[in-house]
Amino acid sequence: MNAWGLSGVSVRHGRMLALDGVTLAAVPGRIAAVVGGDGAGKTTLLRCAAGVLPPSAGRVRTPGIRQTGYLSPSGGIYLDLTVDENLGFRAAAYGLPAARARERVAEHLDRTGLAAARGRLAGQLSGGMRKKLGVIAALLPGPALLVLDEPTTGIDPVSRVDLWWLIGQAAAAGAAVLLSTTYLDEAQRAGHVLVLDAGRPLAAGTPAEIISAVPGTILLSSVPPADEAQRRRAWRRAGQWRRWEPPGAGQPPGRAGQVVRPDLQDAVVVAALARPAS
Amino acid sequence: MKAMIIKEFRQLRRDRRTLAMMIVMPVILLVILGYAASFDVSFIPAVVSGPSAREAEALLPASFHVVGVVPAAQAQAELRDGHAAVAVVTGGPRPVVYLDGSQIFTARAAEQALATLARPGQASGPAAPAVRVLYNPELRTSDIMIPGIAGVILVFVGTVITSLGVVRERQTGTLEQLAVMPLRPRDVFLGKIAPYFAVAAVDLAIVLAVGVALFGVPFRGSPAVFALGALLFVFVTLGLGVLISSVSQNQGQAIQLAVMTLLPQVLLSGLIFPLSSTAAGVRWIAYLLPLTYFNEIARGVMLRAEPVTALWQPFCYLALLGAAVMTLATLRFRAFLAPPAGRGSARGEPGLAGPAAPAGPVLAGDKVALEES
Repeated sequence: MNAWGLSGVSVRHGRMLALDGVTLAAVPGRIAAVVGGDGAGKTTLLRCAAGVLPPSAGRVRTPGIRQTGYLSPSGGIYLDLTVDENLGFRAAAYGLPAARARERVAEHLDRTGLAAARGRLAGQLSGGMRKKLGVIAALLPGPALLVLDEPTTGIDPVSRVDLWWLIGQAAAAGAAVLLSTTYLDEAQRAGHVLVLDAGRPLAAGTPAEIISAVPGTILLSSVPPADEAQRRRAWRRAGQWRRWEPPGAGQPPGRAGQVVRPDLQDAVVVAALARPAS
Repeated sequence: MKAMIIKEFRQLRRDRRTLAMMIVMPVILLVILGYAASFDVSFIPAVVSGPSAREAEALLPASFHVVGVVPAAQAQAELRDGHAAVAVVTGGPRPVVYLDGSQIFTARAAEQALATLARPGQASGPAAPAVRVLYNPELRTSDIMIPGIAGVILVFVGTVITSLGVVRERQTGTLEQLAVMPLRPRDVFLGKIAPYFAVAAVDLAIVLAVGVALFGVPFRGSPAVFALGALLFVFVTLGLGVLISSVSQNQGQAIQLAVMTLLPQVLLSGLIFPLSSTAAGVRWIAYLLPLTYFNEIARGVMLRAEPVTALWQPFCYLALLGAAVMTLATLRFRAFLAPPAGRGSARGEPGLAGPAAPAGPVLAGDKVALEES
């Protein structure tokens, strides 16, 4: 399979290791989501994948600059240009024929509800609208590799649906999509998920693979665990407490609660709890 | 308020470049400009001509330094071409001294010195000379300032404004986007400066039109020669602007650096203080400043109708400065836009990109690799 992406990539910023031997394939037609907390290395990884940042070690494969669409953390949008002018500049820079550019712009703006804002300055748009504009700009040239840094952060749920439709369309058309997100419900829609923690891969695979790899048991209870060790493995979610019991722990004292099937969010929390102390 | 002061100090301490510019640069500027700030002219280059040239030379005041003996017909041309500030022509009933009015302080100093010759009792031998001021007969300050001010405005637009335009891209994060778009650094560079070039050209036209129409500044020379000089000069100032923006982290730093280049140009280029009055220890700085050469060209063309053949030196120096600044700016801009390694493969340049690209790492040692397929 012809895949782009990163292979054993490490990135060092001075004395800090921002990425440590990370591998992530960008496969045509697949959406790969990178998840992780603040400072986990998501942006660094995507910058490498887009060719903005060279790795300190390892290998990065890209389809070439004309075939790569990138949404930078800032959105890469000129605030003192209108929506139309921003997209016009992007289309011209990629050498898109004017008729095709007009057609794609109209289609994307209509689908994302930005059509009425075509003549507005990007600086006058809301944060969410600006983010949508950034994603549309990245999609505009029809890239083979689409790298999106937190495309849906700060966007209302309806607009998130619009954006996921756009991203899904791009993948369906054959683009390899790499995106980062802090929303695990979104990551669950991806074909491949990489969980990063402090620059290191914590878990990787399809959402189902990551979920099925959760070791031990997750218990649900309405009250927090009384035991200190158990409290360190517990987290609150949707008004209830979830507690992870590692495998082989035997019957823990005070085991109470209902065993629940983990979802991706549980799997990521457990992966973080189960990681060896550095 | 205490919390605010502490916060400001902490921020200032971390912005070391600004702090250095606030403390070190004023001292350097004070020393340099202190030596430069002088209206006293002690060296007046002169040519003498005619049958009594040698006698006239002997009678000239001490501040006059004869740089050549020329045929009478060529005397005024020596002034026009900037080879001398004074031309003494003998052979008539009394000597005629021509002064270059475009060098206003030198001309005034020469007038004063010559006035002492004309006093009764002191000029008892030969007849007192007739003094004629050429190119700026009334020694009007506006005539010599406006061509130079046009240059200052070009520096302002070219350097100060351009430096802001580029560094803004870095601050807003759009530069990173540009770096991954299929634009060559040259395209981005030229695309960035082209509008400023146009604005600078319009500015120049307006300043000159106002100078001529409102202040009556003459424009005696060739507009084409002037335009060529302005073109070279704007080229240098735009390059300086890009260079400054590429070493600045934010717009504040860019402004500070740009002003630091503007100030010496205003004070050391001969715009205000005559170059010959500047202490030799700092005069060399003037020869590194583009405004020095633009001043020479602008005053030469506008006031003295100096031909391009007489201005080849400032043209050459401006071209050299332009080439140096533009090369540096382009290199810095490339580094500014591109990741430090693997750029070729990232940008799809021939040889590294495409299906024929090697499957292995692009750079040796398997340390860094960025490739396309």
